[in-house]
Amino acid sequence: MSDPTAASIVGAPPAHQPTETGGPTDAGLPANGRQEKPRGLLGDAWRDLRRKPLFWISAAFILLFIVMAAFPSLFTSADPTAGELSRSLEKPSGHAWFGYDIQGRDVFARTIYGANASIVVALLSVLGTLLIGGAMGMIAGFRGGWLDALLSRIADVFFGLPFVLGAIVILTTFNGTGTNNSEWEVKGLVIASLVVLSWPVVMRLMRSSVLATKEADYIVAARALGAGTGRIILKHLLPNTLAPILVYGTIMVGSFIGAEATLSFLGVGLKSPVVSWGIIINEAQSLIRVAPHLLFFPAAFLVAAVLSFVMLGEAVREALDPKLR
Amino acid sequence: MSDILVSEQSAAGASGRPAGRLLEVDDLRVEFRTRDGVAKVINGVTYHVDAGETLAVLGESGSGKSVTAQTIMGILDTPPGHVTGGQVRYHGKDMLAMSFEERRRIRGEGIAMIFQDALSALNPVFTVGFQIAEQYRVRRGMSRADAKKRAIEMLDQVKIPNAKGRFNNYPHQFSGGMRQRAMIAMSLALDPEVLIADEPTTALDVTVQAQIMDLLAELQRERQMGMILITHDLGVVADVADRIAVMYAGRIVEEADVYDLYAKPAHPYTLGLLNSIPRLDEKGQELRTIKGLPPNLMNIPPGCPFNPRCPMAQPVCREKVPPLLQIGAGRASACHFAEELVNRD
Amino acid sequence: MTENILEVRDLVKHYPVTRGVVFRKTVGHVKAVDGVSFDLRQGETLGVVGESGCGKSTLARVLMNLEKPTAGSVHYKGQDISKLSGGALRRLRRQIQLVMQDPYTSLNPRMTVGDLIGEPFEIHPEVAPKGSRRGKVKELLDLVGLNPEHINRYPHQFSGGQRQRIGIARALALRPEIIVCDEPVSALDVSIQAQVMNLLEKLQAEFGLAYIFIAHDLSVVRHLSDRVAVMYLGKVVEIGTEDEIYERPTHPYTQALLSAVPVPDPTVREHKAIIRLTGDVPSPADPPSGCRFRTRCWKAQEVCAQEVPLLQIRSGSDHPSACHFAEKREIVATHEAA
Repeated sequence: MSDPTAASIVGAPPAHQPTETGGPTDAGLPANGRQEKPRGLLGDAWRDLRRKPLFWISAAFILLFIVMAAFPSLFTSADPTAGELSRSLEKPSGHAWFGYDIQGRDVFARTIYGANASIVVALLSVLGTLLIGGAMGMIAGFRGGWLDALLSRIADVFFGLPFVLGAIVILTTFNGTGTNNSEWEVKGLVIASLVVLSWPVVMRLMRSSVLATKEADYIVAARALGAGTGRIILKHLLPNTLAPILVYGTIMVGSFIGAEATLSFLGVGLKSPVVSWGIIINEAQSLIRVAPHLLFFPAAFLVAAVLSFVMLGEAVREALDPKLR
Repeated sequence: MSDILVSEQSAAGASGRPAGRLLEVDDLRVEFRTRDGVAKVINGVTYHVDAGETLAVLGESGSGKSVTAQTIMGILDTPPGHVTGGQVRYHGKDMLAMSFEERRRIRGEGIAMIFQDALSALNPVFTVGFQIAEQYRVRRGMSRADAKKRAIEMLDQVKIPNAKGRFNNYPHQFSGGMRQRAMIAMSLALDPEVLIADEPTTALDVTVQAQIMDLLAELQRERQMGMILITHDLGVVADVADRIAVMYAGRIVEEADVYDLYAKPAHPYTLGLLNSIPRLDEKGQELRTIKGLPPNLMNIPPGCPFNPRCPMAQPVCREKVPPLLQIGAGRASACHFAEELVNRD
Repeated sequence: MTENILEVRDLVKHYPVTRGVVFRKTVGHVKAVDGVSFDLRQGETLGVVGESGCGKSTLARVLMNLEKPTAGSVHYKGQDISKLSGGALRRLRRQIQLVMQDPYTSLNPRMTVGDLIGEPFEIHPEVAPKGSRRGKVKELLDLVGLNPEHINRYPHQFSGGQRQRIGIARALALRPEIIVCDEPVSALDVSIQAQVMNLLEKLQAEFGLAYIFIAHDLSVVRHLSDRVAVMYLGKVVEIGTEDEIYERPTHPYTQALLSAVPVPDPTVREHKAIIRLTGDVPSPADPPSGCRFRTRCWKAQEVCAQEVPLLQIRSGSDHPSACHFAEKREIVATHEAA
């Protein structure tokens, strides 16, 4: 059905718009003494973000986690791998805030040290996925034709691989039993396998977003002005196609932290003595009846991290859309 | 909006209120409550339509002409839309006070509506014939075969060539004009007494528009329907309307017989509209425009809503909302200076 | 007579209709523009009218060099613009600009008005040095009747008419000689439409612009145009001065079109002789043979199906008309009434 309701609302100028700005009547108003500074989308987005408490809260949390990942020793002096079986499954106390796990290791220290693996793996995989998927989607959508067909079919092939199975195949090949990779090599492999198996989703999102935007009148208008391909992509397509990808990216951070945990649990990802939230949670889940605090604290950290990223993504997306301001 | 004027406005319809009115809208008020504030979309609209007559509701976007129609049909999106006052009487009964079931029965059989965009008003996954026949089956309890026969008759009545063959076509297989005909067939299937046509020809080409307007006029004559034609096109209105209600910022600013309105508009807004359209039969010089923009419905100026754009505005216009007052036989105007406007040369 | 700045000759634009996903094969052609010729003189307005599907918007795109023509040529001051590319094409774009129909979709929602109107200067940096651009943008805003203070606002903060003014300011920024207006006022309300039309006229007088004014609204076209071309299914069926087309039309399609326009005057409705056309416009993928209008024409004879009528001056017509039986006919019923 036609939607005259919306039309009527749209037809009414927004509240903050003085009605007398309309006709030619106001032409040539005396210029304000104060010279207004030129503004752009990013500047406006930043000004908008600065006013949002949600942004500051989530940014503070993310900063905290990043510092935690980079300098865990700032937060705890305990050694996350030193176990004393006499302390096994001790409850939280002033001495060890989150208690001890079954091997008598300090859960607080382990949670702090676990941030590094989880956050680094998740962030880098998301970054890689967004860059590769976004670029592929932009090329496929913008160029179209045979290139689009080719890239889309390649994406379909990767899309067809079950995520866990695909990751197991990749990781057992390069990181199976008997291999002797360093901690960073393993992290790199985990990141690579997550990126390889996830980019098609981002590519599809980007491609459909580009396809929808490419035919927009303002793109035609820019071409009529003589704008080149680079300008059209950077100034017109990207700002208008980024929003869904950004939102998806923030959700991905959470699911990748989980995915890293899954792979570690299956024995193909990170391995003890490396600590990650995934490893800690997996160790704790069999003891949930006996010692729920083992699961609770790392899980709370994980949830807080995921939520912070999702909230940050939401805030940034809103800031980048002038209509929502 | 001051409340004192409510009674004044509703009391001052263009004509009295005999019992037998087919459809009456009485001092209707609707507001849209959105995140940014409350938009007063309809601020006391009163009009009526009788059997066999065409009332044109003329207005620009945001004037509230479509929202009024949606309120009559009971298809107002709630939220954000809320009816805050007034009545919509069908055969003297207030529809806004009816139960959901009662209203649903009136829809289609009593009052039907056609829309500007036929392609989105028809369901793309069913054939046009099926969508018409379905109404007979559901609402009239007809058998499949009877319903199909009636649907084909209906398609024939709206002059779709080869109605039988077209029965099984999907909406996208119809051209724009044919689609509009199909939608008319669908709305008229249950023999409504009132047809609300919301910009029925705006999306169509001139030659097709003429065909559709002819068809509507003919069907209306045959069936003695009351028709509410909602449009912004002063040309279409002049061709088919009996009476015209001009809307601005959610109010009726003028109501008159079609000949009177074009000959001597009694509201400066109507006059401005007539002056600002280019004429086919003359190459004009500069068009005399209405300056400025329609008001923001969240912040309607005090006094007459048209006063910031009105060339005749006086101090009183900024203070007092002019009520819609009768100024002659069958015509009313909501302007403090209506008499002067009509009586000048 | 002033010189021609744009000469369009036998312009053709066909779009292939393809089937299949991987192995595409062409099954036909949509003949959107099929042999269009006209001239545009300096400082004049050429109106192009026609119903949807007649190819007028495709014509705009080809004239703007957004699409390459299938055949034919567009000469700007003797230079064939459809053959240009790269830097030469970019230089040419300074001379020919476009105003689009929909003010809601033709402005990038994520750019401020300052960026939008300043964009032409960024693409053509030689026009204005960097420091002066901000001032130029404000001048332009003032010129089209917008408040220069609103330079940092976004399009959605403006009404439809104001956005169309922004679009016009953008087109005007490079001081072009020609502006192609593709239905510039058809999305606007009546009272706003008049404001924008007046603005277009004012700018034409001030800068000596030539307009190609494409619209479906015959009244609007008459108001603004010096000469008018009527299009039907990819061809120009009649072309002449505004007076010739509106007062003495000789092509049956023009006559039917004019007679069908609703006149805002109820007194003429009784004695108005509308020529009723039956049916819809045929598909441009499969146009009728011979004269394309013959399937809806009341004058059609056998010759109309066999021979394509040329656009030329005929015995019954004082201006070019593409009908074998071109003749005058009184159609506008409003003369006496007006």
